[in-house]
Amino acid sequence: MDPLRQPETAMSSDAALRAYVPVQGADVRAEGVSLSFRGARPAHVLDAVNLSIRPREVVALIGPNGCGKSTLLRVLGGLIPADTGRVLIDGEPVTGPDPRVGVVFQEPRLLPWQTAEDNVRFPMQLAGWSKARQAARSEDLLGLVGLREHAGARPGTLSGGTRQRVAIARALALEPSLLLLDEPFSALDALTRERFNAELLRLWERTGTSIVLVTHSIPEAVFLADRVVVLSPRPARVLAEIAVDLPRPRRLADMDSALVSSLAADVRAHLVDTTDDSIAMEEARLAAAAGLPPGVVPARRHAETEPGTPAWFDPFRPEGPE
Amino acid sequence: MSAARRPGTRRLAASVWPIALSLAVFLIVWQLIVFVSGFQSFVLPGPLTVAERFVRAWADGMMWPHFSTTLLEVLLGFALGSVVALVAGIGLARSRLAERLLSPYLVAAQATPVLALAPLIALWFGTGLFSKLIICTLIVFFPVAIATMVGIRSVDKRLLEMARSFRASSWQIITRIEVPAALPAILGGLRVGITLAVIGAIVGEWAGGDSGLGVLINIARGSLFDTPLMFAALMTLALMGISLYLVMLAIERRLVGER
Repeated sequence: MDPLRQPETAMSSDAALRAYVPVQGADVRAEGVSLSFRGARPAHVLDAVNLSIRPREVVALIGPNGCGKSTLLRVLGGLIPADTGRVLIDGEPVTGPDPRVGVVFQEPRLLPWQTAEDNVRFPMQLAGWSKARQAARSEDLLGLVGLREHAGARPGTLSGGTRQRVAIARALALEPSLLLLDEPFSALDALTRERFNAELLRLWERTGTSIVLVTHSIPEAVFLADRVVVLSPRPARVLAEIAVDLPRPRRLADMDSALVSSLAADVRAHLVDTTDDSIAMEEARLAAAAGLPPGVVPARRHAETEPGTPAWFDPFRPEGPE
Repeated sequence: MSAARRPGTRRLAASVWPIALSLAVFLIVWQLIVFVSGFQSFVLPGPLTVAERFVRAWADGMMWPHFSTTLLEVLLGFALGSVVALVAGIGLARSRLAERLLSPYLVAAQATPVLALAPLIALWFGTGLFSKLIICTLIVFFPVAIATMVGIRSVDKRLLEMARSFRASSWQIITRIEVPAALPAILGGLRVGITLAVIGAIVGEWAGGDSGLGVLINIARGSLFDTPLMFAALMTLALMGISLYLVMLAIERRLVGER
């Protein structure tokens, strides 16, 4: 048995039980979630959104700019309460920021005055874990994201991608069964972004959480998700759900397959109704960053993996037996 | 070892010589004014006279009790005022209502010269330590409270949402996000506050009291006609203020220097 999951003190029987069970993906259901913002600029943001996520499923939310994707994500995590409707995780309603949920934001949101390791420990400190348990868990997590030798570095000295890895480790600190990602790699350049997508999948294979991901990138959504949920312009409703039957484990090379192209076309067809420029612009940006004219799919090649990345975590590891 | 120390020594020397130069120029001009004007030493004593009186006052044990009284008033007053201001600043930052209710009084307290309030405070609270602490608190309060409020207001809201997503309590958000993030601003306010605390203590002593550097200045001027002693007390006061300021600066470097 994993010593990390041993309860340290006498906990309630319910909590003790949960502590002994390995992390299992959450079963998430959003039932008729509606939300309006009041105040200076009132807006109807979510309109009776229904969504259900199976344990260990990866769901990508895609939709036009400002349609309420990020708001929906926050409602799922209990950061914003819904006006009507409810969110259930494993059958229990979400009433506020939830211990079963880990959130990765668009920006790393690290505490600049603390080291990478202390940032990973932050949720554990809030939860009142013992120092020994914090140390063991943070070492595991930093190893998981390949940053053990950067444990003592301050965020200011780390690259944007590395900071986001610290943020992912932090989100996993309390062993959430649902991971929410709000455009987590949108600040990274195109090549780094692909690498991080592959890293994220390996992480997911290891941790076994359910994942809901907000993205502006159709290829990213198709590559990562089991299901792509297309949302309408504000107020957001579910326009379409497209199952991605791409076998796992997936590799970056799969991005060029015919199946991915047809799925991406399918997603785009539903998005076309929304006449949204942001997605077209995003695609143009990605293509431009790779130095290619719009519409040309960039060729994929092997790149250097950052030193210290564990082999199983390395998306550029040559295929085949080790 | 000497190789490791040399760069530090050189840097220290580089920062010390402009100070030494400006001090030397100041002393020479001072002596020159005394020499040219021919003022008697009870009007304007020269630097050498003052230095001699300074050493004598310390050597015969005259200065020490006054110095220690004032230092105690400054330190306690600064501590009390800072703590009150820190708590108030956090409250003001978190509640617009509190700001609206309290800010008129805050500004009024700041706009009213402490010098004018000091006799009243001495009347109500006596001429002991307590009334000096109140005056120090009054004078330290405003810069520290405003710095704290502004610092906490400008904390990145996204960090607060992040902390909330990990179910941070209000207390945890204050102690683990808001205060550490606002620390550079708060320390800036404290740096202003420590020098004001010295002023507060002296004002309090002038309003009444039987010990302290302010009292000594009054005695030297009023009953002893010992102007060099007055200057020596002023010098002690200036050195105290500079030292306290440097200590605050060192604490600041220590706490936020790496950011």
